[in-house]
Amino acid sequence: MRFVVPLAIFIVLVVVLSLGLKLDPRYVPSPLIDKPAPEFALTRLADPAAPIARADLLGRPLLLNVWASWCSACRVEHPLLVDLAQREGVEIIGLNYKDTRPEAAAWLKAHGDPYRDSIFDPKGKLGLDLGVYGVPETFVLDAQGVIRYKQVGPMTPEIWRDEIKPLLAELQPAAP
Amino acid sequence: MRKLLLVALLLLAAGMVSAADTPFEFKDPKVERRYQKLANELRCLVCQNQSLADSHADLAQDLRDEVYRMLNDGQTDEEIVGFLVERYGDFVLYRPPVAGITYALWFGPALLLAGAGLAWWRIGRAKAPAPPTDPAEAAAIAALTGRRNEPS
Repeated sequence: MRFVVPLAIFIVLVVVLSLGLKLDPRYVPSPLIDKPAPEFALTRLADPAAPIARADLLGRPLLLNVWASWCSACRVEHPLLVDLAQREGVEIIGLNYKDTRPEAAAWLKAHGDPYRDSIFDPKGKLGLDLGVYGVPETFVLDAQGVIRYKQVGPMTPEIWRDEIKPLLAELQPAAP
Repeated sequence: MRKLLLVALLLLAAGMVSAADTPFEFKDPKVERRYQKLANELRCLVCQNQSLADSHADLAQDLRDEVYRMLNDGQTDEEIVGFLVERYGDFVLYRPPVAGITYALWFGPALLLAGAGLAWWRIGRAKAPAPPTDPAEAAAIAALTGRRNEPS
C-alpha cells in the first residue's frame, strides 16, 4: 500500500515525459489556419513587370510553397513537388522568399519548375504576413483563398499521402 | 595554451554583446526604451530560446526592423505585439496571456510547489513518533527513560 503513491507518481511522470518526447519543439501552431490568406501585390519571378496578387490564387484549391535558392531543405522536397505537378496535376504556387531573380531562376532551371505561378518576394513581406519562419513551408489554400493547412519544413511523401492529398480532395468542388 | 583559451573566450563574449547587427537610431530615448522592452519580450521563432534582441537569425532581424518601423509610425506596444501574434501566434510572447491553454504554464509551478509542500509536511508528520495515549504506557516509558512525557 505504501508503494501506491510513488508508483502513481512514477507512472504519471513516464506518461508525461514520453508524450513530451513525441512533441516537436520546433512546431509552432499557426494562428492563420482557417483565416483568409493575406492580400499582397508583388511581381512574378519570371517578369518584374508582371504583377501578381491574392486574386490570382482564387478559384481552385492549391498549394502555396515557400522556397528559396539558398534553402537546402527545399532541394530535399523539390523532386516530390515536381512529381506531384507532373504526374498528379497538383496546382502549386511558388513563393520565392528573400531571394534574387537570377539565382531563383537558375535554381528552377536546374531542379525543375513545378509551379503554376511564381511570386517573387525579395523582402519577405508576404512571408511575414504568412508567419513564415523557416523555409520550406507549404500552405493549402481552398478555392476562396482561406488557409486550411500549413506544413513547416520539407513535405514528405507520407505527409502528402496522409494529410495534404485527402484535404485537397475534400476541398475540390463537387464534379458537375 | 591558457592565453589561447582566454582569447577564444573573449572572442565568444564579444559575439554575444553585439547581437543587434544594425543598431537603430532613436531620436526619443522613451521610444528606444520601448523598443528594448519589446525586443526582449518577443521570442525569436528560429532559435527558440532567444529573444528578438538576442538573436542573430535573419528572421529576428526582419522582425526587429518591423518593430522599429512600427514604433516610428507611432503604433502602440499593444498594436505591435498584436501584429506579431496575428502572424505567429502566442508563441512569440515570452509572457503568454492567461488562457485555457496556458493555465498549466501559469499555475502549474505553484500547484507543484503546494503538492511538494503537502507531501513534505505529511512525511515529516509520519516520521515523528506518536506520543502514547495510554497513561500506563506513558508512565512505563517515563520510568524507562527517566523523563516525563506528557500525553498530548
